[in-house]
Amino acid sequence: MVRLPYLTALTTLFSYGLLFAFGQMRDFFRKLIDWSKSKGKDLKGYAPICLGLEDFYTRRLYLRIQDCFSRPIASAPDAWIDVVERYSNDHNKTLHRTSNTTKCLNLGSYNYLGFAAADEYCTPLVIESLKKYSASTCSVRVDGGTTNLHTELEELVARFVGKPAAILFGMGYVTNSAIIPALVGKGGLIISDSLNHNSIVNGARGSGASVRVFQHNSPSHLEEVLREQIAEGQPRTHRPWKKIIVIVEGIYSMEGELCNLPEIIAVCKKYKAYTYLDEAHSIGAVGKSGRGVCELLGVDTADVDIMMGTFTKSFGSCGGYIAASKEIIQYLKHTCPAHLYATSMSPPAVQQVISAIKVILGEDGSNRGAQKLASIRQNSNFFRSELQKMGFEVLGDNDSPVMPIMLYNPAKIPAFSRECLRRNVAVVTVAFPATPLLLARARICISASHTREDLMKGLDVISKVGDLVGIKYFPAEPPKHVEQDKKTL
Amino acid sequence: MASAVMNMTTAALDWVTVIFDAPLARAVVFGVHIDGHLVVEVLLVAVILFQLTRKSYKPPKKPLTEKEIDDLCEEWVPEPLHPPITEEMKAEPPILESAAGPHTVIDGKEVVNFASANYLGLLGNEKIADSCISSLEKYGVGSCGPRGFYGTIDVHLDCETRIAKFMGTPDSILYSYGISTIFSVIPAFCKKGDIIVADEGVHWGVQNGLYLSRSTVVYFKHNDMASLESTLEKLTRENKRAEKIRRYIVVEAIYQNSGQIAPLNEIVRLKEKYRFRVILDESHSFGVLGNSGRGLAEYYGVPIEKIDIITAGMGNALATDGGFCTGSVRVVDHQRLSSSGYVFSASLPPYLASAAISAVNYLEDNPSLLTQLRSNIDLLWKGLSDIPGLAIASHPLSPIVYLKLKKSTGSSKSDLELLNVITDRVLKEDSVFIVSTKRSVLDKCRLPVGIRLFVSAGHSETDIHKVCDSLRRVAALVLLV
Repeated sequence: MVRLPYLTALTTLFSYGLLFAFGQMRDFFRKLIDWSKSKGKDLKGYAPICLGLEDFYTRRLYLRIQDCFSRPIASAPDAWIDVVERYSNDHNKTLHRTSNTTKCLNLGSYNYLGFAAADEYCTPLVIESLKKYSASTCSVRVDGGTTNLHTELEELVARFVGKPAAILFGMGYVTNSAIIPALVGKGGLIISDSLNHNSIVNGARGSGASVRVFQHNSPSHLEEVLREQIAEGQPRTHRPWKKIIVIVEGIYSMEGELCNLPEIIAVCKKYKAYTYLDEAHSIGAVGKSGRGVCELLGVDTADVDIMMGTFTKSFGSCGGYIAASKEIIQYLKHTCPAHLYATSMSPPAVQQVISAIKVILGEDGSNRGAQKLASIRQNSNFFRSELQKMGFEVLGDNDSPVMPIMLYNPAKIPAFSRECLRRNVAVVTVAFPATPLLLARARICISASHTREDLMKGLDVISKVGDLVGIKYFPAEPPKHVEQDKKTL
Repeated sequence: MASAVMNMTTAALDWVTVIFDAPLARAVVFGVHIDGHLVVEVLLVAVILFQLTRKSYKPPKKPLTEKEIDDLCEEWVPEPLHPPITEEMKAEPPILESAAGPHTVIDGKEVVNFASANYLGLLGNEKIADSCISSLEKYGVGSCGPRGFYGTIDVHLDCETRIAKFMGTPDSILYSYGISTIFSVIPAFCKKGDIIVADEGVHWGVQNGLYLSRSTVVYFKHNDMASLESTLEKLTRENKRAEKIRRYIVVEAIYQNSGQIAPLNEIVRLKEKYRFRVILDESHSFGVLGNSGRGLAEYYGVPIEKIDIITAGMGNALATDGGFCTGSVRVVDHQRLSSSGYVFSASLPPYLASAAISAVNYLEDNPSLLTQLRSNIDLLWKGLSDIPGLAIASHPLSPIVYLKLKKSTGSSKSDLELLNVITDRVLKEDSVFIVSTKRSVLDKCRLPVGIRLFVSAGHSETDIHKVCDSLRRVAALVLLV
């Protein structure tokens, strides 16, 4: 839970107000200058492609700190990356690449189990499959795009997740956007968590069903919403709802919190609603054998109707999957637009996931999988506890590899980001519109390939920059403890 | 009689006048002469005020009690998540055991493959495979992050510049999946209140984008320019505010659902006349049409600046995956922050981006691939011109050759069953792999179903003769029975 100090809220609001006022003033002068120049445009009769206020935020606020985002890298997104240096000649409006790179510690990529770079077991198999099946099938799954790699992976994913059957897609975002319309249409109700990802929101909107939101991670509010909706029925006609689906995520990527799954499943079962669990960040990263939040929180997978996940984060590949009962998967293979109209997943990417799952399950003959899982759990818990000891406000639950550090003030976002980059640590900062306006944060993603020295260096730099920027909102523990830890390592 | 009534009326009137002129009426209150009619008016006002102060009758509102809500929740029975599974839902597509090139292996047998959109025959190309392998060794498979958070790898930026240089536009933007390109671009530019005129035969990705944008969508008859002109005329005439809102025409270069080609010169003429912007989806025409493969604009000789937004999926001619969108600098920059499929999704795997760069380089160096593709399509047309019961329904230049039933059985479903019988027999008996249209229940397109053949520059003459002979034989058996 975020505890926003009163003074910080005031100063943040004041900063945004100042930025807004400056932006409006500059827009006003720009309008004056344009009008006085009165150039004969050949766009007469056309409305501008972006109206004035729509990209106000982009032009006046985001462009000032544009160099903190979209930093290009010239290496694999592993524990250490080569960040390409960029320069600007016109106050950050346009950025140009140079050919210089700096080696930085990577605390921003979703590389939970360390499969991002070339791996000793996976990469030779991937190259072999590239030579055999080539980079793409150029065809949709129902036409000529199903190879035996795809069927093998579907069975493997179903076995790994603990469901009878699974279906694959080439992109995680499209999985949500195309599956939800196939499951529920007009006359149905979708109840989704207030902090759900944009792909779920788009899928819910594209389905034509009514959408209601319940307070983040609160089973009591979910129960209230369910009772109210079932009693009232569809809007205006009051007919009973055809079906109700509740959508939650395993780990929320902007908060680092785990979902309150056992209670939410209990509520859904009581009211006969279907559950849809999006495990994009949690599959492979949490749980004793990497099987996600169900394993971690002790929920039986048969209780969740539909489990969705992506291969981008923990398996170092691309694409998504849905795991459910055999009948649902058969129905989806017949109806889902992403299965019928979109190019099938690229065969080398499929092979990468197959190899990665085999490593995690230990079926490749080594215990690297178990080592990786233990490593990510230890790393996340260590990093989080150290940050909290230093006095930062860190969100998220134990065992979750995502930890946001609260910044709040808009000026601290570029300050934190640039100072860390100067000291060779690459962090990710997130502001509006991905988070609420006042709650800007820096988000750390821990990986199994970070060594203890990497983490100590990261902690050191973050502590120094935190002092410089002023984000240690809580009193730090006395330094005696930190030195004792260092001695025992 | 009348005079008696008249007398009585006059007497009554006199009596009333006397009362009004009674002493009371001659009182003066606060300097105001009180006449008799004032009394009546005061009484009227008093009655009105009395009625206003009475509470109106409303039936009492009774919210549901907890017990009633409990009962309702108990009684409610949801529909199952999936409808009952029919036989056709259980059908599985054939499983390939090798690369999806012009010849592939299904069930241990080698078949001629007309089901992959591998138009330039670049699947299995040595140079592309080499660049992919070096990319895999350097960058791994995935990019582990969205473009905004260290998911931008230098090959992505190189690919964007290469494509922009090839197309002749200032800049381009890469998406990680072909189908998500169009349904992220349209909502980024069209909002509630805008007007979009779209062809009725556009594929599901475009339809989803139109729905998500919440704009007013008007469909015109498939590839019919007269219908388009009358729709545009109607919209601009009725709507006086049409000058202030954004207006778009959405068309595909080669329609996936029918194989027709959009007449771009006509569309550009109409666009300039009525002041609309054009969004063109070139998924199946990029690398196919035009003397050097630059797409529909090159084919019609239209300068590329006249088309506002061009999108394409790279899963067809370029034998890789992903998509791109190109246009003016303003168009491309706007998408970097407001296109949901770009901002909220992981970026394209780097090896696919380097495959795209090598494919574009190869195409520029070898324009003979295009002439080879065109001669293959011509040969196929000649061979398919006398199939009993099936007629070619696509454009002569389209690499998707569409065969329709000459006499439809009346419903799409039974047509499709008949076509599936043909394709199954062709695969089993003659080892030629062709496919029929597959439509989802969520698809709004109502164009007729048919058999599709995807022609590739890698097909040889024998392959084309084989498919023509096979179709001739099987169609005669199935359709005339």
